[in-house]
Amino acid sequence: MQIPYTVEARPDTGVNNAKLGVWLFLASEIMLFGGLFSAYIFLRVGSPEWPGDILGHTYTSASEILNVPLAFVNTIVLIASSVTIVLSWAALAMGNFKKYRIYMGLTVLAGFGFLIIKAIEYSDKFSHGYLPAENNFLGIYFVMTGLHALHVIGGMIVNGYFLGPGAKMWKSDPKRFMSRIEVAGLYWHFVDLVWIFLFPTIYLI
Amino acid sequence: MSDHDHDGHAHHQESFVRKYIFSTDHKVIGIQYGLTSLLFLLIGFSLMMLMRWQLAFPGEALPLIGSLFSDSTMPDGVMQPEFYNQLGAMHGTIMVFLGIVPLAVGAFGNYIVPLQIGAPDMAFPKLNMASYWVFFVGGLIMLSSFWLPAGAAKAGWTSYPPLADIETTGQTMWLFGMIFLITSSLLGAVNFLTTIIQLRAPGMTLWRMPFFVWAQLVTSFLLLLAFPPLEAAGVLQLFDRLVGTSFFLPSGLVVSGELLDVAGGGSPLLWQHLFWFLAHPEVYVLILPAMGIVAEIVANNTRKPLWGYRVMVYSVIFLGFMSFIVWAHHMFITGMGTALSGFFQITTMIISIPSVIILSALFLSLWGASLRFTTPMLFALAFLPMFGLGGLTGLPLGLAPTDIPLHDTMYVIGHFHYVVAPGTILALFAGIYYWYPKATGRMLNEPLGKIHFWGSAISMNFIFFPMLIQGLAGVSRRLYDGGASYEFAQDVIHYNETMSIAAWVLGLFQLPFIFNFFWSIWKGKKVENDNPWDATTLEWTATTSPPLGHGNFETAPTVYRGPYEYSVPGHDTDFYPQDQP
Ligand code: HEM
Ligand SMILES: [Cu+2]
Repeated sequence: MQIPYTVEARPDTGVNNAKLGVWLFLASEIMLFGGLFSAYIFLRVGSPEWPGDILGHTYTSASEILNVPLAFVNTIVLIASSVTIVLSWAALAMGNFKKYRIYMGLTVLAGFGFLIIKAIEYSDKFSHGYLPAENNFLGIYFVMTGLHALHVIGGMIVNGYFLGPGAKMWKSDPKRFMSRIEVAGLYWHFVDLVWIFLFPTIYLI
Repeated sequence: MSDHDHDGHAHHQESFVRKYIFSTDHKVIGIQYGLTSLLFLLIGFSLMMLMRWQLAFPGEALPLIGSLFSDSTMPDGVMQPEFYNQLGAMHGTIMVFLGIVPLAVGAFGNYIVPLQIGAPDMAFPKLNMASYWVFFVGGLIMLSSFWLPAGAAKAGWTSYPPLADIETTGQTMWLFGMIFLITSSLLGAVNFLTTIIQLRAPGMTLWRMPFFVWAQLVTSFLLLLAFPPLEAAGVLQLFDRLVGTSFFLPSGLVVSGELLDVAGGGSPLLWQHLFWFLAHPEVYVLILPAMGIVAEIVANNTRKPLWGYRVMVYSVIFLGFMSFIVWAHHMFITGMGTALSGFFQITTMIISIPSVIILSALFLSLWGASLRFTTPMLFALAFLPMFGLGGLTGLPLGLAPTDIPLHDTMYVIGHFHYVVAPGTILALFAGIYYWYPKATGRMLNEPLGKIHFWGSAISMNFIFFPMLIQGLAGVSRRLYDGGASYEFAQDVIHYNETMSIAAWVLGLFQLPFIFNFFWSIWKGKKVENDNPWDATTLEWTATTSPPLGHGNFETAPTVYRGPYEYSVPGHDTDFYPQDQP
């Protein structure tokens, strides 16, 4: 007996296995970042000042420490990549594999762009001695954005695989391939969404 | 999977490695989980037997095997306090995360759930394999930490900071180990949920699922949603330990007379919240699969439908939801305000209602039945009052006024051991005796099983009941000398000897089981037919014992009726299988 509903949706649930699986996985991811957001609130509420003392200087707003314009650019980059991954799926739906390649390529590229900007931000902090151990604001900033960056890298590996070797499946089993791109897209949107919460929480308010 | 042929009769040869080691068949993975977790249970139990020596005879040299230990742990056979703490922390960790959960979920869930719902395998076989091997590596990391220069983690299975933040390297290993175990259970949870939701055979509606499947479904939800916050907390603790952050370290912390050189400003309470947000649902992860097993066995051996199957299902779902909003009942003495503590007291009292309903339904199922006292049934029957006692002793802990004097005493240890040892562990044994013929085609020996049962059930009570008495007398948990140096404990510490002897007796009574388990693989009585217990559920009625290879069924069975149609009037046998029209 074969495993059913790997590609087509089960009639009474309306989804196939992979899609349900990724939704469940994302639910657990929400709890993971939810735990960190709660930790952030807990630490912040418990501090007399936020961000507080760093290397002898008392800060009262995160934007004095973090580079808001860069992070804003990064937000745009990620949102754009969420659009391109949808377009890559749409290209497959229209049977246009070439276009798929272009849009998926752009998605991966945007991932790189995001990481480069993030790396610029990080190295700026490091070079000024703003290390995680200095202060809990910096600590939670590095943990949350670092964990998010790991998720970006994970997504880029998946997307890169479907751009390169994984794309062979388009020839052998196009329906399944489309389902995979859809699932990869769901994950990528999630990574985007986490950033959309992270950005205002950490940088702005 | 589509590129292989999984017809049970296909004669293609899978290599030994593919078939038994890196297998993607849920049955093989279930057995891998089962053997590994039984081994871990034995290891965790052995650690405890060592501790019990120190508790019964504080400071005396351990005869015979004492000399086998290194000088840093037990010089001349005398246990050092540091080693005692390692044993304690690792006993708890191993029993919960490497013993009971993988046995209850990884082994029973994996082996039984797909068969009971008529599925060819789990939804994601490769993830299933990955989940086992990630678990295995996590276990190795945990165990290997004993060989670090300063030994394994010493801060208890709860790993409370600040202690855990400033502890020796064993704690770092513990955190890495936990990250592996959490990842494994996450992969498993996604897989179980998808399997149960997507792969039910035609006709297997939700209301026709055996209670065991429902229990596994809710358990997987708990694992899916409760573990990630602990993963977050683990990452934060790793940062505290390795990078020097102060998430859990308050300002002005003094360690060994010196001010700790950290930024400070963090909070140990943050860890407690994140930890118990997982760990309370975790206690339901420990108990729900056990309830599921007991329900199957009770129905089968009373030859009657379960009393109140639907109510049980509603209860288990409600329990799942509620278990996310009771966690701070572990933290009543942290000085939370009365409003907050009131909230958690109320939710705790509410959550005990569905547990009581499930237990009562199982008791009522016995009413008027002519019981078959098979070995699995004996274990299942013993589960009922033992779990009942565990639950009842939890009530005073759920109310702040009574919890404040009882918190951190041996009473708490007695309470949760009643739930997990004579509760869950007896139920897991029941499951092993019940499903062993499913997996091997041979029965476990009944007389040996009965010796195992009586020996275990009785000796467990001699271990755990005195804990309740000691705790009521005020003896703290985690004492290196078991209370010997405390004036007020003098009246009750003589129980330590009784408890230790009972623990070793319990160990002895596992020998017949271990022997039986291996001997029966080759010499056990062969099952006369595929359904030796005359059961109704698909794992017995729709496939052979042992089941077909990869793929389980020739064609998907069709389900026509509910799971427990025993003694249906007018039917020619006293069981009406789910897949019979
Ligand atoms: C049915 C109702 C139950 C209630 C009202 C209850 C209540 C409690 C409370 C309030 C505590 C904290 C005591 C303290 O630390 O001061 C506690 C501890 C504990 N309970 Fe329960 N419990 C119940 C069932 C269970 C079940 C089903 C399990 C496991 C299968 C369990 C396992 C534990 C464990 C492991 C601890 C100790 C944790 C530690 O501090 O190391 N309990 N229980
Ligand atoms: Cu609890």
